[in-house]
Amino acid sequence: MTLTGIRPRALFQCRTKEGAVVTTPSQTVGPFFGYALPYADGPYVVPEWHPDAIRLRGRVLDGAGEPLPDALVEIWQADADGDVSRGGGELRRAGNDFSGFGRCGTDAGGNYWFSTVKPGGPAPHIAVLIFARGLLKPVATRVYFPGEPGNATDPVLFAVPAERRDTLVAVREGERSYRFDVHLRGERETVFFERCFAD
Amino acid sequence: MTDPNPPYLYPPYQSTPLRAPSRPLVMPEYGPDAIELSGPVFGQAELGLLDNDLTKQHAGEPLGERIIVTGRVLGSGGRPVPGALVEIWQTNAAGRYVHLRDQHPAPLDPNFTGAGRCLTDAEGRYRFVTIKPGAYPWRNHHNAWRPAHIHFSVFGTAFTQRLITQMYFPGDPLFAHDPIFQSIPDEKARERLVSRFDLATTVPEWALGYEWDIVLGATPMEA
Repeated sequence: MTLTGIRPRALFQCRTKEGAVVTTPSQTVGPFFGYALPYADGPYVVPEWHPDAIRLRGRVLDGAGEPLPDALVEIWQADADGDVSRGGGELRRAGNDFSGFGRCGTDAGGNYWFSTVKPGGPAPHIAVLIFARGLLKPVATRVYFPGEPGNATDPVLFAVPAERRDTLVAVREGERSYRFDVHLRGERETVFFERCFAD
Repeated sequence: MTDPNPPYLYPPYQSTPLRAPSRPLVMPEYGPDAIELSGPVFGQAELGLLDNDLTKQHAGEPLGERIIVTGRVLGSGGRPVPGALVEIWQTNAAGRYVHLRDQHPAPLDPNFTGAGRCLTDAEGRYRFVTIKPGAYPWRNHHNAWRPAHIHFSVFGTAFTQRLITQMYFPGDPLFAHDPIFQSIPDEKARERLVSRFDLATTVPEWALGYEWDIVLGATPMEA
């Protein structure tokens, strides 16, 4: 990453300037991507035998609490040292290379899973996008980890209303296992982020 | 000033009411090193040689109208994005997906899977050889039919630009009746999803050509 020294605008807008090139709009991924987008190594950001491997798993649920059997979950993250992969190898893994990118379709019970590492940095987090039938555009969120002192000062987490912050924090299930359920709607609705910015 | 994207909640598309978030999106306070401002980088070695020719993935030729679909992937400032991974999937000529859950009683084509991948070249250009997909019914409402389309999945340089959308064909009479297409509020933005027949792309005695450029959203750094 060599983006230091540039500050983003404080306020982003999801609009296109008059006369500017119109951004290509999003459309739903639909129910029939299963033979095209998921791939064999998709859930393995690192192999399960990697010494730092963790399991990140969870379910994607709708507003009635029903699991989505047809969602696509994608993650993007830094490695255990906080470095971002710039090397490729995202679709076909080689050895114990860290790719940073993972893709997993949910099963009949709405379950997804990844074999990955906890990213480095003061408030480790993983970027998440979810696509599904019925989502005309993806939802974007982040997975944070429980018990991290840096969470208290993370600017993205801090901008989230305090009473909803815990929807972004994974639940520890074991020494190397975390659970992160995504509620698209309803009482326990996960916090989702704006993701388009005007030019 | 219009938002080119559809809303989450669009009741005419009946899958949205239970799946659309109901709370306001949070504007993320991304610093310059936010993870979302980078994205995965894909290499040619990860793709198969025939991944961008959907007519050559089986022993025989698929049925249907052979077409070439090409265009550029552009950043919001109009700059080409080289090395962008573009993934597509679609029905066969009869309007049937290979997917197991597709119950439309149209024939499968043993010579057509309907999935492809390629990377954009130095000018940001992708190119697929495929067959024209068919319209199909989808039970969203009485007599509901999707206009023929090709699903596109595109990675830009930042995770914030990640886009999945659908490309349509010019002059389709089903546009007016399709809630997924109509979910985009602005007409100009809807037109962004319609490819253009292109005689220059068309190869004589072989295949019709369609051109379709993809413009990715701005990142906060460009905003």
